[in-house]
Amino acid sequence: MTELLSVVVDAVIYSSWLFIIALGLTLIYGVMKILNMAHGSFYALGAYAAASLVGYWLGHGYPPLASYGMLVLAAILVGLITGPLVERGLLRFMYGKDEIILLLVTYALFLILEDSIKIIWGVNPYFISEPYGLLGVWDVAGLSYPFYNIILIAVSVLAGVGVAVVLQYTRPGKLLLAVIHDREVSMAMGINVNRFYMVTFTVGTMLAAIGGALTAPTVSVVPGMGVGVIVLAFAVVVIGGLGSLQGAALGALIVGLVRSAAVHYLPQVELFSIYVVMALVLIFRPKGLFAAAEVRKI
Amino acid sequence: MIGKGYTVHVLVVALVVLLVAGPFMHKWLFMLTMSMGKGLVVLGLIVLLRTGLVSFGQGLYYCVGAYTVGSLGQFLGWKNALVLLVGGTAAAAVLATILGFLLANYRSIFFAMLSLAFSMILFGLLVKTSALGSTDGFNVPAPTLFGKAISGAGHQYPLFALGCVVAFIAALLTNAYLRTALGRLSPAIRDNEIRVEYMGASVRNAIHTKYVIAGALAGLGGALTAMTIGHIDPEMAYWTTSGEFVFVAILGGTGSVIAPFLGAIIFEIIRTYAYQYSPNTWQMVLGSAMLLVIIFLPAGLWSAFAYRSRRG
Amino acid sequence: MAILEARALCRRFGAVTAASNISIAIEPDTVVGLIGTNGAGKTTFVNMVTGYLKPDSGRVLFKERDITSLPPRDITKLGICRSFQIPQLYDSLTVFENLVVALGIVQRNTEGSIFSRTFKLVPASNAALVYAAETMLERFGLIEYREKEAAVLPEGVRKLLDIAVALAVRPEVLILDEPTSGVSSDEKFTVMETVMKAVRANGVTVIFVEHDMEVVSRYSQRVVAFYEGRILADGSPADVLANSDVCKFVIGGPRTAHMTPATEGRNA
Repeated sequence: MTELLSVVVDAVIYSSWLFIIALGLTLIYGVMKILNMAHGSFYALGAYAAASLVGYWLGHGYPPLASYGMLVLAAILVGLITGPLVERGLLRFMYGKDEIILLLVTYALFLILEDSIKIIWGVNPYFISEPYGLLGVWDVAGLSYPFYNIILIAVSVLAGVGVAVVLQYTRPGKLLLAVIHDREVSMAMGINVNRFYMVTFTVGTMLAAIGGALTAPTVSVVPGMGVGVIVLAFAVVVIGGLGSLQGAALGALIVGLVRSAAVHYLPQVELFSIYVVMALVLIFRPKGLFAAAEVRKI
Repeated sequence: MIGKGYTVHVLVVALVVLLVAGPFMHKWLFMLTMSMGKGLVVLGLIVLLRTGLVSFGQGLYYCVGAYTVGSLGQFLGWKNALVLLVGGTAAAAVLATILGFLLANYRSIFFAMLSLAFSMILFGLLVKTSALGSTDGFNVPAPTLFGKAISGAGHQYPLFALGCVVAFIAALLTNAYLRTALGRLSPAIRDNEIRVEYMGASVRNAIHTKYVIAGALAGLGGALTAMTIGHIDPEMAYWTTSGEFVFVAILGGTGSVIAPFLGAIIFEIIRTYAYQYSPNTWQMVLGSAMLLVIIFLPAGLWSAFAYRSRRG
Repeated sequence: MAILEARALCRRFGAVTAASNISIAIEPDTVVGLIGTNGAGKTTFVNMVTGYLKPDSGRVLFKERDITSLPPRDITKLGICRSFQIPQLYDSLTVFENLVVALGIVQRNTEGSIFSRTFKLVPASNAALVYAAETMLERFGLIEYREKEAAVLPEGVRKLLDIAVALAVRPEVLILDEPTSGVSSDEKFTVMETVMKAVRANGVTVIFVEHDMEVVSRYSQRVVAFYEGRILADGSPADVLANSDVCKFVIGGPRTAHMTPATEGRNA
């Protein structure tokens, strides 16, 4: 029983982390039809920025509790700086080109960013574990979890609910839904699609960066930490359906549960199990669980 | 479109030049043989690329070919280079046939990322398999040809020659395939699948076939590479390895079967020097080069050579 | 014996009934025009007959053989071909290459053994292929567009190419989906004349969907009128076009079979 509970709790924690990252990825795809292969690099940037900012903050003796805010601040800064830079400086020249070309462009971007990180921060690992243990642990039926994980879950839920609310109930959100539906018609109706693209991409990278920033206290921040993330995030997004927010949530939960079960019962098949689930979902629902309807072609 | 006739001539000349100049280029033999191996994988990629499909997971078959060679040598004691090459290719082809059933249903981004996922599955499996050396992999026993060793110091030429001949034959066969009715179907499938179906051809079967061809070629390339380096590890299945193949394919373009090998050689040269000069900026160089090619030379470097290139 | 027969075809898309008990028998070597307002079910009918859509119920028979569940490529190989409302071409290939691809597949499909089907080379210099392609270019008046990419062609030429590619298969039944829609009025008759001449010489059965009543009355021997998924009338052009229901629901006013005021004065 305790075993099962620990599987579930681990799953929820892992799923929350996955969801933050997958949300950004699926948002960018849903709006801009770009599968951002550099998503993992923004994740890493968030982690490094957080490590630097928190390191500076704690090193100068400022209140440790505020370091959580610093984590999020670092991520937001990363998003605000790199998002518009990349979107305006590179991506916008590629709009209208084939999806695959854009995929390759983001792949090239990934390569460039990975080395940029090495140049800025060097190749040695960074450690900022203080925020992780600061709030103590929390006992759940005999298992102890750092309270930090609650923050992770809270941020994840906040992000999901926030995006959903903005899309459904605010005016810009509804305009964004129109853009998702049909870019050209939206432009013809006077919607500033380019501005929406920039904002969307910025929010997407911010989310990736938040994922990285929140992870920073739990691991050693090293070059290449974002490389495996894109593959995981893609599996989540594919299971849920490209462009679907509910899909990203459900996909994150499924992947989290499968992985947690694997880690607890059969660790060798951890990565394997995630992709098997993905392949199975695709066999029965080729476009994912929440796929968009197909438009008649002829 | 392929079929200008001069391709075959160029291939023959290239083969002869390489074989004749080989013995005088000791320092370059290793790099050139590696280029042949890479070029083979990329050759398979352009068959898919002409159909509008980018596989980000050719590393899967590359790795399967390599590990087959390694396993046959390590666990069965098989050393004959030709047998190893065939074994690697066959194993990859069989896997491609099976996975092709699922992948032939997908296009564009889905196809790219699914193929990536499958290569990562293999990576994950290999990393956790201690019998195959986990992350370290293991050494490949030296292959032989007609009983004589063909790799290692002082013996690099025979393997190099074998590599060139194998690449030549593969290029020739692929060139022939691209001129059959099914081969010509590639740009048609890319442009309008519905029309292709209405012409009486099965798009799914055509794509499945091309996927198997690409997989087999990648397996062949991996087998050759395994024998050349003498060592294999799971990194060969990592998605960034596949990304390198995609880069070379973009660099060379899809205009000719010669382009993959040319692109591979250029890539190896750049990599050797960029890595020596500054290992922390190698990926940046790669990424920037890729962006430049995508923006300014969408048909790849080949379009700078060919006098007739109407599309990429 | 009817060459193509639809028996009680039914098809719905959610709440919309696109086909309700459609039964038509087409005699060989005839020209049949299908008319009806937008959404009446004409293209749905064509899609079902050519295997692109499966009917909810009912059957399609070609030369007495049930082809209802066959995919488009098998139906094409049996001898039914179609052109499209929006021309389906290979936009990045030239007109010549479009035809070569089509003829290459046809050649391949007519090969006997699976060995020759897989390995037979079809080099660009294959004389038979080139000759066949050039013949089609000539017959359809496309010679001047030979090296132009399909994407840059004027609409009428795109339609012609679309039909030419369909004909490359040498079908027994040719279905044309709105062959003159989107085509400028001076090109309309060129398209129809060219197609009919090329086709009728070989005794091909033609079914065409049209909105232009002049084209319909001029070229068809029989007219079938669709309305809201049902067949409203079926008979000679004169009869159908004078039918009061057809006038009310499809044409919008009484017309005589040939001359309409808009075309008076235009000739040749």
